[in-house]
Amino acid sequence: MSAVLQTLGSNRRRLAGMLPSKAWGLLALALAIAYPFIIDQLLATPDDLLDASVITLAYTIMALGLNIVVGFAGLLDLGYVAFFAIGAFVMGWLGSQQFPDVAGGKGIHLLSPSHSPLGNLIPGIHVNFFLVIFAAAAFTAIWGVILGAPTLRLRGDYLAIVTLAFGEIVPRVFENSTSGFFGIGSTDFSNGRQGITPIDKINFPFSDTVFKYPLELKPIYYVGLGMVLATIFLNLRLRDSRLGRAWIAVREDEVAAASMGVNLVRTKLWAYAIGAALGGFAGTFIATYNNTVNVDQFEFGISVFILCMVVLGGLGNIWGVIVGAITLSMINRFLLPQLNGVPDSIGLNFDVTSINFGIFGFLLLAMMVLRPEGLIPSRRRKLELHIDDDTAMLVDEPQLYEVRHDESRDVG
Amino acid sequence: MSDAPTTQGTAPASEPAGTPLLQATNISKVFGGLVAVNDVSFTVPERAIVTLIGPNGAGKTTFFNCMTGLYRPTAGSVVFNGKDITAQRPDLVTRAGIARTFQNIKLFRTMTAIENVQVGMHAELRSRVSGMIIRTPFVRREERESVQRARELLDFVGLKRVDELAMNLPYGDQRRLEIARALGSDPKLLLLDEPTAGMNPQESEELRQLMEHMRTDKGISVLLIEHDMKVVMSVSDHITVLDHGEKIAAGSPAQVRADPRVIEAYLGSQA
Repeated sequence: MSAVLQTLGSNRRRLAGMLPSKAWGLLALALAIAYPFIIDQLLATPDDLLDASVITLAYTIMALGLNIVVGFAGLLDLGYVAFFAIGAFVMGWLGSQQFPDVAGGKGIHLLSPSHSPLGNLIPGIHVNFFLVIFAAAAFTAIWGVILGAPTLRLRGDYLAIVTLAFGEIVPRVFENSTSGFFGIGSTDFSNGRQGITPIDKINFPFSDTVFKYPLELKPIYYVGLGMVLATIFLNLRLRDSRLGRAWIAVREDEVAAASMGVNLVRTKLWAYAIGAALGGFAGTFIATYNNTVNVDQFEFGISVFILCMVVLGGLGNIWGVIVGAITLSMINRFLLPQLNGVPDSIGLNFDVTSINFGIFGFLLLAMMVLRPEGLIPSRRRKLELHIDDDTAMLVDEPQLYEVRHDESRDVG
Repeated sequence: MSDAPTTQGTAPASEPAGTPLLQATNISKVFGGLVAVNDVSFTVPERAIVTLIGPNGAGKTTFFNCMTGLYRPTAGSVVFNGKDITAQRPDLVTRAGIARTFQNIKLFRTMTAIENVQVGMHAELRSRVSGMIIRTPFVRREERESVQRARELLDFVGLKRVDELAMNLPYGDQRRLEIARALGSDPKLLLLDEPTAGMNPQESEELRQLMEHMRTDKGISVLLIEHDMKVVMSVSDHITVLDHGEKIAAGSPAQVRADPRVIEAYLGSQA
């Protein structure tokens, strides 16, 4: 197994060297664009696969967002689902009939159809999806800062525990916001456990035709793809910037980073804010796609699932994280349901989908043993994990250093 | 401001001449019951090379940390360039114009030499996050210029392998890189914590020349912690000796060399 992964790795490098990286990017993009049509040709019922792919796009965005927090800035966040939840609820608030009484029952419509196809007025707040994603990203970014601020002095395990708690608290707050928010007002913000449903479908501004998912999946696939591309762009730009360097510096050595003039608070909060914004970004997409915003969706398992994608793909490597997200999400959403009949056929009484976390746990464990740096490791991470076999540097140097201390002790 | 301690005032040679760039007054640092630095006053004039020596555990690095904001002094004040920087955050101290290196090298190991120096320039760069995402012409130019300046600084300290990861550099080069990174913030005062540790005599000599260059070419003052007495005696304008957290002697290299308390601190009273 290890050997297989090794040859995979060396083949990947040989393959990667065959074309310049720009060409690989364009090839992947072309494939992603042609993908719905390719599976149309290949499969009799492509909808299952395309449905899994749409969800995968959303998870890719979240994995890339978490990668900023965990991979770049090195802040272990086990409560990332909180931002998914906040983004989804923003979509619920701004794109459903949750608040039927606004504007005297006439509703607020912003670049969104005000009448149903039958000609009835739609009450509630209805803002165009393409505006909601930015509103949600901004709103979650603010919450990213609010939830990140108390954790700034924490490191490692302590940080993980606190973020885990936030991931549990946020969905509970929404669940209980059925009569005002933190006791303010008496509006129902969440419908409790029932959740907000239905959610507005996506429509382009100045067009009243709404997308027809789940019947027709191609249009929303392309919206999701566009969002993923925007996220990749954001990630690449930030990685190669002053802020990206500061993140890595903070991850490597906080004391040295601070002594070089890096403001630790601001640098970490930017990581939380941008990571959270991407979580909210994806949350809106999943909310409208699933047609519901339900507290039960936002379980701890999601945080772990997204973290697994980041770790499996390669912490800190944008392309690795994308591969990790696609792999795990497609296994979870497409491959495992396909295998559901298998245990039954050999006389066992359970569904493969119900043991998905067991399977992911095993995958992650195998990864940690065989290839801890992930499928496509970042150059940096790989070095960190393979310091011993990379170079023998510094091993005998400290002794030299001690000896010189003693030698130079004579004062005159 | 409290007055300078009178004991120091009466001995003119014990304080260096010139306008003070850094003035640390009555600094004390206590860890639990351990007094690591006890009531030490210290001055660095402009364009000076001032050295702090003392046996291991004398409190030199603690004193450094008190001045750079890594520790909050238990008592005393630090005034730099006319500004009180006592117990300021380290990044603000750096912005004020004090840069430092570390005794145990603290490079960003998985970054290249150039990137390390670019992090050193962090406070100098003006890019905003929105600009970084859009990559405005300003950000592009600033990035290009920062790489250019990083190359110049690395050239200045004599580091050739600029695209090498910091962790792959030989020990002496890592020390050089730390200095280049510190120079990235365009400091007025550079604090070097045992820069020649682990260097061979030739490298030490190069470093000595480098410190002279920093003073003459860039107008930077240097505050040095050093054990290599050859370097200390040849480069320092003024030496302060710490032992058990207390200042036991101060003066020119010749004065310190002749001071019986210094010899006792280093060699023990039996010697």
